[in-house]
This record gives sequence, C-alpha cells and structure tokens, in this order.
Amino acid sequence: MPKDHGIGASPKRREDVRFLTGAGNYTDDINVHGQAYVHFLRSDVAHGTIKAIDTSAAESMPGVVKIFTGADFEGVGGLPCGWQVTDKHGEPMKEPAHPVLCQGKVRHVGDPIAAVVADSLEEARTAAEAIDVDIEELPAVVDMGAALESGATKVHDDLDDNLCYDWQFGTDTETTDAAFAKAAHVTTLELVNNRLVANPMEPRVAVGDYSRANDEHTLYTTSQNPHVIRLLMGAFVLGIPEHKLRVVAPDVGGGFGTKIFHYAEEAFCTFAAKACNRPVKWTSTRSEAFMSDAHGRDHVTKIELALDADNNFIGVRTDTKANMGAYLSTFSSSVPTWLHGTLMAGNYKTPAVQVNVKAVFTNTVPVDAYRGAGRPEATFQLERVIDKAARELGVDPIALRRQNFITQFPYATPVAVEYDTGDYEATMAKMEELMDIPGFAARRAESEKNGMLRGLGVNCFIEACGIAPSNLVGQLGARAGLYDAATVRVNATGSISVMVGAHSHGQGHETVFPQVVAEMLGIDESMIDIVHGDTSKIPFGMGTYGSRSLAVCGSAMVRATEKIINKAKKIAGHLLEASDSDIELKDGQFTVAGTDKSVAWGDVTLAAYVPHNYPLEDIEPGLEETAFYDPANFTYPAGAYACEVEVDPDTGKVTIEKFVSADDFGNVVNPMIVEGQVHGGIAQGIGQALLENCAYDENGQLLSASYMDYAMPRADDLPHMADYVVDHSCQTPCTHNPLGVKGCGEAGAIGSPPTVVNAVIDALHSGGHTHVSHIDMPVTPSRVWAAINGQ
Amino acid sequence: MHMTDSRVIAAPPDEVWSAILDPEVLKECVPGCQEMHGSAEEGFEAVVVQKVGPVKATFKGTVVLSDLVPGQSLTLTGEGKGGAAGFAKGGADVRLVPVEGGTELQYDVEAKVGGKLAQLGSRIIDGFAKKMADQFFSNFQKAVEGPADTDAAPADEGGEDGEKKKGWFKKLVS
Repeated sequence: MPKDHGIGASPKRREDVRFLTGAGNYTDDINVHGQAYVHFLRSDVAHGTIKAIDTSAAESMPGVVKIFTGADFEGVGGLPCGWQVTDKHGEPMKEPAHPVLCQGKVRHVGDPIAAVVADSLEEARTAAEAIDVDIEELPAVVDMGAALESGATKVHDDLDDNLCYDWQFGTDTETTDAAFAKAAHVTTLELVNNRLVANPMEPRVAVGDYSRANDEHTLYTTSQNPHVIRLLMGAFVLGIPEHKLRVVAPDVGGGFGTKIFHYAEEAFCTFAAKACNRPVKWTSTRSEAFMSDAHGRDHVTKIELALDADNNFIGVRTDTKANMGAYLSTFSSSVPTWLHGTLMAGNYKTPAVQVNVKAVFTNTVPVDAYRGAGRPEATFQLERVIDKAARELGVDPIALRRQNFITQFPYATPVAVEYDTGDYEATMAKMEELMDIPGFAARRAESEKNGMLRGLGVNCFIEACGIAPSNLVGQLGARAGLYDAATVRVNATGSISVMVGAHSHGQGHETVFPQVVAEMLGIDESMIDIVHGDTSKIPFGMGTYGSRSLAVCGSAMVRATEKIINKAKKIAGHLLEASDSDIELKDGQFTVAGTDKSVAWGDVTLAAYVPHNYPLEDIEPGLEETAFYDPANFTYPAGAYACEVEVDPDTGKVTIEKFVSADDFGNVVNPMIVEGQVHGGIAQGIGQALLENCAYDENGQLLSASYMDYAMPRADDLPHMADYVVDHSCQTPCTHNPLGVKGCGEAGAIGSPPTVVNAVIDALHSGGHTHVSHIDMPVTPSRVWAAINGQ
Repeated sequence: MHMTDSRVIAAPPDEVWSAILDPEVLKECVPGCQEMHGSAEEGFEAVVVQKVGPVKATFKGTVVLSDLVPGQSLTLTGEGKGGAAGFAKGGADVRLVPVEGGTELQYDVEAKVGGKLAQLGSRIIDGFAKKMADQFFSNFQKAVEGPADTDAAPADEGGEDGEKKKGWFKKLVS
C-alpha cells in the first residue's frame, strides 16, 4: 500500500493552492514605493557600429527621470562567464567583454543600446522613440560555418576570429583512429540540434532598490539562484559586497535554465536605483523575452559510430559546432563541453569516445543552458546514429543497444565520468513491457489500413545530474563551487523552517523537502515550511538547475536534520536522565531504548528555547543547525524511452500515438511530482522534436519572436494521458548521497527528442521511403513531406 | 524578399517617366503616404503610415533615385524607420519599355525588414510587400491614365475626393 506521508508518499503540491488561487507573489507583483520604470531601447539590426546616440530630445520628454547609455557604464564591469574552458592547445577560451549597455557596437537584434527611466512605463517607451541612434550596419554573422571561414566579419573586433574555443575531449586521436581503422562498419550522421527559446510562462522581471540610509541594495528578480546572482553581480559587475546586496527571487513562474544566468537588466536596475535614488522596475514583454532571454541548444554535429563485425560499438567520434551567440552567457561555455562531452559514452561500453567541439560567436542572442543543457544534444546524436546503424546493418535497434549496454558498476567512461550505479537492462525491459512491443505489428497494420504510416522509436539515455562535485568542476574550469546549503530552524513549539539554497520555480520543493524532514523526525509535514529565494534569509545556495535540488540541497538538509536529531537526543537524554546514546527517535517521540520512558518532540524543542532544566554546561540552548553538502560525484539517472507515431504520408503530419518512459531516478520522494516533472519534460522534448525552432534570416533578423511563429507544444500535440506512460519503478539508488536520489527534472527533455525522430524515420521506412535516413528537428509536416518526396 | 513583375500603362514612356519623378505623384501612389518632399535630384523624404500584420507604425524615410536613364530606367532605393516597429529598406529597378498601347513598366523589387517587423511579420511580409507594390503601381496607373470611366465623362469638378485624385496627373500634362 502506498505511503500517505513522508518519503514515498504523494501529497498534493501545497504551493499550488496559492498559485491556482491568484495568491502567488511573483516579481512583477512587487512594487516598491516611488518606483520608476525602465524601457530598454534595443538594437533592431544584428551587427553595427554605433556612430552616435542623441538623447537630448528624449531627455526633455514628460516623465523622464534619466536616460542611460553605454557611456554611463564605462568603468563598470561586464557580465561575467562562470566557466573557463581550456581549448585543445591548452589556451583559455576567448572571453569578449559583455557590457551592460552596448559600447561602440551592437552585436545582436535585442542588444540594449540605451535605457530610459521614467515615472511610467508609457513615458519611458515614448521617450525611447525620441532617441536618435546612428548605427552603421555591418554584415551579420549568422551561420556558424560561415562565421569560421577565414576573413569572416568578426563579431568582436578585438578577437582574432569568431572562434571561442576548439575543444577536444575523451579518447586520444591515435586510439580513436585505430578503433575506426579496424571497424567492420562505420555509420555517419550529420545533424542539427535546433535552436530553442525556453519560454517560461512568466517573463523576466527585475526591480532594483537602494537604501541611502545604510547603503544597501536590493534586487528582486526572476532567478533560479539568487545567491549566484548576488555573487556575480556584486563581485564582478557592480562591486557591491555581499553584506550590502540582497537578492530576492520570490515565486518564479518557470525557468527551464533560462533564469539561471545573470542578465544585463538585473545589473541595470540595481545600478540605476542608486543613480536615480529611486527604485527601478523592468518587466520583460514576451517580444523582449525572445530577443533577450538566453536561447538553448543550436549545435551542428557530425557523429561517427564504429562497430566491429559482431556489432559491438568500438568507437564514437563527434565534431560539433556550438553557437554561443554574440556574448558568453553565464554558463554558456560549459554546455557544449562538460555537460555534453562527458555524456557521449551514453549507456554503452564503447571503449573509444572522442568529442570535438568548436564554440562560435555569431550575431545572435547568447545561447546557454536549457532543460538538459548539453545532455539532450549528446543523447540526440548518439541515439540517432545508433538507430541509423541498426537500420544499415539490418538489426533490431533494441537488441543492438542491449548488446552494448554497460552492465558492471561503477563504470569509468572514456569521457572522464564514473557512473556509480545503474541497470539499463531493467529500464529497457520495463519500457518494452509498457509499450507492448509484441503488439506493435498489429497496431502498424491497423494504421496502414487507414492509410497512415506507423513507426516505433526507442531511445536510451544517461545524464549527469546533481551538479556537482566542487573539486571536480573546479578542475574542469568552473569558477564556482557547486555544493549547496540548508539551515533547519526548529522553533520553540516544534514547528520548523528549513532555509534552503535550492530555489523552487515549479519543481515542488515546498512539498517535497518537508516530506524528507518529516520522515526523519516522525512529525507531521504541516509543521515544516521551506524558505527559499532570499539571500537575506537563507545561509547560501547555488540554486536550482541540473536536476540538483534534492540530490545536493536535499542532502544538505538531511545533514542539518541529522545534526538537529543529535542535539535533540542530548536534550531528551537530559530530560529523561539517560545517556543520549540510548535515546531513540520514532514518530516524534524520544524514548529511552528498551523502556517506556519517553518525551515528545515538542517538549524537547521547548526545553531548547526555555532552558530551565537544561544541560547548559554541555550544549547551547536553541535548536538550529546548518549544513553544507558537496557531492562526491554526479548522479546518473538513466532510462529507456519509446514512442509510436503515425505519419500521414500525404501531408507529412506526425501524430504521437503513445509515449512510454521507463526511468531510473534512484529513490523517489514524491512519485506524483516526479511523474509531473517527466510529463512536462517529455512535452518540452516533443516540442523540440516536432514544433519549436528559433529562426534567424541571413541578416541576423530574428524571425520567430512571437507565438505566431514560434510553435510551443500544446495539449493536443501530446498523447492522451492513458498513452502517456511515465514509470520510475526501476530504482538503483545513488550510492553517494544520503537520500539515494538522482534527479528527475531534465530526463524527459533529454530522452524524448531522439525517440520521436527515430519513430518518424521508422514510419517512413515502413512506407518504403527508405531513402530517408534523417530529418532535422523540428520534424514539421513540410520537412516530412519534403523528405518523403525527395525534396 | 524579392519580387519581379510588370504592368502596362496606357501612356507613352515620357509621360510615365515624368510621373515617376514627381513627388506629388509618388505621394498619391505610395500606400499610406502622409508626406513626401524633395526632388528627383535631391531625393525624397517621406512619412508613411502602414500596418503590417499586428504592427502599425509611422515610417520616416528617404528615397533616392539613381542610375537615371531618362525615359528608360532608374533605380529607387529607400529606407524607412518605424521606431519601435523596426525598419524597412529596399530598392526597385524600374524599366520603361514602349509597347503597343503605352508603356510596360517592369520592376524588380528587393526588400528587407528588421526589428519587430521581422519578428512578428516575417511570415506575412512577402504577401504584404506584394500587396504594397500592387497598390503602388495600380495607383500609379490610375494617376497616369485616369480611370477609364472618368476619361469618358469628365466629372472631376463634382466628383468625390478619391475620384478627383485619380487621373489628375494626366489632366495636368495633357
């Protein structure tokens, strides 16, 4: 029988009550007395030299407080990149300046040229129209291949070219070449991982406030990691020490990675609040979001897979171009390298894996982490080339994968990471069962009767989550530690506030984290609340991304709770006149082992704060503990996915008939929330596979900047819930964190795109269209129709 | 965006040529044109109000004429800035070829849009540009030829404003 409380139970999400009844407190709900509004004048050309900016007419317009340009930010730091990648020659990546407001040049459509602060947003917008900007347009660099040609226009004049770094990783060239030389078969595939825009439901907002009285700055912002913003903006951009800078990220309406990064608008509002001596608020429009939120993916890859005569994988070699956009966003450099190259072994025991990545500057919006970040790109290449190999060799794609699975753990891959545990056979078998693979032939026949082509696509994936061991990522170039922290504050009457570094913006931490503490203490979850998203209230925290919250911050919370239990046992031992080593805690009661002498949780907590009868010589009063937790390794969730599609050969339209995921997330705290996370992740992956594409024209104009042209997945693009099966019953607990959890936030978005494309190719082959070996995402009706018809 | 088309105008090439160089004619013919100043030699300055899909804006811009071969061909190059709506720029190579019954006006149009116009209107911009060009050359045809019915029974004095405008260039030069 399922549990009704604690770890393993599925209480409904307590935060949903306020979200669904309009009581949420989002950044745009925050209005500070006397605030002014900023409107950013953004470049409408992709590349150009700023010859002159005349703000004189705008300055005298009604309501204008102050107009800022790049000149106002001379001497102010630029937006930093948090990860230093070293190229294959041992040289550091190129790190061009990223000013808050453009200085000298504009480098992408949307680059902020000037900022108008006014009494009202309307006045700011109107005044911005009166700013005269003289820009001499330069040729735009859009295509990555063209950007790397010698003599190409340079995005950054002070660099030699548009190459950020040329990175090589994994097995050395000699060994890799030897593997390919002895191969019985080599399958090659060139593909594009399409550029995406995250589109969280809530656009970004920033409110800067400054207190003249004590020289304190406050920034309210839509962030996944307020402490990271405080660190980056305080230390690198504005030079504000931590104790004078508070960053608050209240309710945040979705992030998907795009709210990890430190953005110019945050630094601007903080800076301008002091310069104007008034709070300054910015609320992004949806149009601005398309051209100022960091984009995702945008890789172009050639992958080769070498197999021996028995169809064992003996080598993988990749050559990827990764678009950085015009500037390096906060974690952009790590995505195509350490979050991508380290996963290129996949679930397979391939002995030689070599990854080559060129990161390229172009006149487009900066590109950074988006749900999965590097791991979807790795999985897509590998699982597509395996599927193509199976087709070329005429073998069953499931059998080919199975034959090459890693089966012994721990397993050190040729790409630096060591998988601690896993059972890929178990998830594959579970997927086969849930998909009813034997019944596929009959379902295909039924579809064909209706003139439709039916395809079955399978896919396996592995990801590295629980980001990350600080000593490891430090060696890899991270400029931060990636531990996390929690403070468990037990109040006098026994209720608990847990201050956590992880930020919840859709994940359900407010429900899940109390389940863990309640389980450990044996008290009711309603006695426990989570506090997050405010640097003045929580000890520290690196925030939420990389499916790390429970694995890293949750582990810190467990450690802090263990400290609480230890201290509480000492207090209970004193009250019960017994040794604390004899005290047991169960169901909220401290009992002397083997006796009926006990004292309740609330009696102990009260004694801690009213220490009349208390061992003051041994322990301090109060009951509050903090722990920092730095993981020993990444966690490695893995799974097997499958989907069945119907393709209309006349129109090219693809319909997903059934989708099955069999995931291994290790232990699961709240199954309902895990299932919701996977449902959402798969929906986003289906969006990438079938619908979403961020398009630029050859002049660097952003063409898809509204929902008229950027197609988001909708309910009717997904299978009915009965055919949208997410399973997490295969559980190999993580071996190195106290909860044995691995993380589930990104799996769906990583595992689903290749599953869908594999299914579409399978459908086309069943219809005799065997000339189609690949279709780039999004697999739109026009692309499918063109592929079928050889166009 | 690239477009090639042609249209026969029932007037001799010299007459068509004069009309193209006349700012008053251009003002009447450019859809949404509010103001048009300047000359063929100095270039024209124009204010045009247009709505492209969801984006409505006032474009302030310039039009420069170049490569003039009187009575035969010329190139128009223009750029309009629409503030928050973005910009449009482009050019047209226009050739006048005498044909039976008048002049064939052949044109190759190249247009680019940027900013919000590109972001929101890219999918409809080709159709929009074609419509604009069609309207322009229809207006131009009417300005030069005058509508067939008013030709037969001149009713300019008592007609409506719209009717009055049509064919006025022809009246002027004939």
